[in-house]
Amino acid sequence: MSVFDEATVGELRELMGRYPQARSALLPMLHLLQSVEGHVSTAGIELCAELLDLSAAEVSGVATFYTMYKRRPMGTHHVGVCTNTLCAVMGGDAIFERLSDHLGVGHDETTEDGQVTLERVECNAACDFAPVMMVNWEFFDRQDPASAVELVDRLRDGEQVASPRGAEITSWREAERVLAGFEDGRVDEGPAAGDASLVGLEIANERGWSAPVADSAASAAQESKGEAVAEADTQRAESETVAEESGADVEGGAGDRQEASGGGSEPQAEGKADD
Amino acid sequence: MTDVLTPVLSAGWADDRAWTLDAYTRRGGYRALAKALTTTPAELIDLVKESGLRGRGGAGFPTGMKWSFIPKDNPNPTYLVVNADESEPGTCKDIPLMMASPHTLVEGVIIASRAIEAERAFIYVRGEVLHVVRRLRAAVREAYEAGHLGRDIGGSGMNLDVVVHAGAGAYICGEETALLDSLEGRRGQPRLRPPFPAVAGLYASPTVINNVESIASVPAIVEHGIEWFGSMGTEKSKGFTLYSLSGHVKRPGQYEAPLGITLRELLELGGGMRPSPDGTDAELKFWTPGGSSTPILTAEHLDVPLDYEGVGAAGSMLGTKALQVFDQTTSVVRCVLRWTEFYKHESCGKCTPCREGTWWLVQVLRRLDSGQGRAGDIELLQELCGNILGRSFCALGDGATSPITSAIQYFRDEFESGMHTPSAELFPPVASTLFATEATA
Repeated sequence: MSVFDEATVGELRELMGRYPQARSALLPMLHLLQSVEGHVSTAGIELCAELLDLSAAEVSGVATFYTMYKRRPMGTHHVGVCTNTLCAVMGGDAIFERLSDHLGVGHDETTEDGQVTLERVECNAACDFAPVMMVNWEFFDRQDPASAVELVDRLRDGEQVASPRGAEITSWREAERVLAGFEDGRVDEGPAAGDASLVGLEIANERGWSAPVADSAASAAQESKGEAVAEADTQRAESETVAEESGADVEGGAGDRQEASGGGSEPQAEGKADD
Repeated sequence: MTDVLTPVLSAGWADDRAWTLDAYTRRGGYRALAKALTTTPAELIDLVKESGLRGRGGAGFPTGMKWSFIPKDNPNPTYLVVNADESEPGTCKDIPLMMASPHTLVEGVIIASRAIEAERAFIYVRGEVLHVVRRLRAAVREAYEAGHLGRDIGGSGMNLDVVVHAGAGAYICGEETALLDSLEGRRGQPRLRPPFPAVAGLYASPTVINNVESIASVPAIVEHGIEWFGSMGTEKSKGFTLYSLSGHVKRPGQYEAPLGITLRELLELGGGMRPSPDGTDAELKFWTPGGSSTPILTAEHLDVPLDYEGVGAAGSMLGTKALQVFDQTTSVVRCVLRWTEFYKHESCGKCTPCREGTWWLVQVLRRLDSGQGRAGDIELLQELCGNILGRSFCALGDGATSPITSAIQYFRDEFESGMHTPSAELFPPVASTLFATEATA
């Protein structure tokens, strides 16, 4: 076990201590080992097995089940191109093809200079920003083949690159440390939301729309709205207040569309959803 | 009538440093918690039950009823697990919520934990969203520092510890029992039910698993009441929800509206379909109401109320309200193949119909996509789907069949064309891209 220093073993034990049963820490522990070694090695698997009193086969079975765990050394940066249906159609396929040509590597392969590992990734929950790329699991929205090439070139040149909806790009290994459960002080970088996330809110504000004002909450809400107007982000706070004062309907709503909604199917068995 | 859009969850997303405790509190955050701490667990369960809140993760199971299934006489501790493993293709609502306003979720977690009398809660977030993981961890830390988490919360005697747990890339872990296995440090494979998680969930103890948006909706219900909540939405589908519009539309994004809005209304708000690369108006060809596991719909369904009953009556499911919109430049065969490749990749391998069936489906669809289809391939697809639907261990297999059977229903001729012409010839992919105008100009 000499590959890993005492500090790493200490952090692995710390992760184990966060759960009622230590084995729950296995996924975070594997993330941490990746941040230390750049992949999940046989020595890493054996260390986890020893700490958790499992067989190496049991740990190996877990490490090979999840796509984020890599059994081969990774590049400095992980570049994922979403080629699930919507992103693929919106341009993800063309982006992956261009990047693959440009870098001279295919899916799950690393460039000769060790800088970039390219991967096709599945839906990354940013379809309203399609086509999407991920660098070390940070979002890069609405890409095209040219912007993708420029992005990877900047990464390979060691230039500073920041995610438009996240933090400055460090490295895949540093990202893995955060995923394991150790904060890196970058939480306040980047915006709260990207533009697409705010589309509905902007339209509502433009038109003076809001959720109904609840009777019981009306007085409290009015006070705090007054403060909000004085304090922050004036335009939208004002439009919201105006909307509320103009008396957005409290009643109605329910049942208005009942004629249209036909056969009421029973709620499905719990856990039907995949999400 | 309520307004067309009713931002509640998303109301604070444009605030300065919205992810911080300061910003959240300034907007009235944690007021609902104060109220909940003076309410008994039983009253909280009744409140959420009576509100009519239904699960926002896809299945639409009543949230309060799920909570009420927790046995009172079980000697094991009770756990709350938040399913933040948002991975269903097209679904993109929980990630922006947790990025912009993680405290909405944390406050919901505390209230829900009080209701089911849990002293440990876990937020299982997919690993592929680094900044969201940062924001969640910081929000939990801030909540501890403010005394909203830990021992004797707000002097109420309530104790709660929350762990943010990052997954490692597996769609199947969105299935609630596979999520539990994963959270126990195992391969994420679904469990046989019964026993249901309410009785034997995490560590074989009583467990409630709820979607992010369901839990995040709870503080507003506690604060404003069930009449307020029920004044939005329809009779059986109450309240507000996040609709995620993506694809060939002018303004893709998050639209928070009462349940029951239609796609036509949402499209009108966002300026309609994108302009077609040849300059004409783009036509809506097909769309998913709630992710790739919900059968596709077409332009004839533009006026279907997007609530649990309305979409069900139209032959699909509301699912996650992930409205992926495709115009006439898009090959439906190509899309169905890609979705099926996804299900094949993500099939956990536990049961034969799904593991083998998705593999065979891909073989047949690849032939059709490349114009090499054989006579009888469409019937073969339907037969394969029939052998998967209802016969696989969990809903992943069922979901895999949805895009195929619905696409054959509405676009059979396109599959027939796959006997002789590649999809890329019929529908040149470049015309469907975001950069189509520059590319074709």
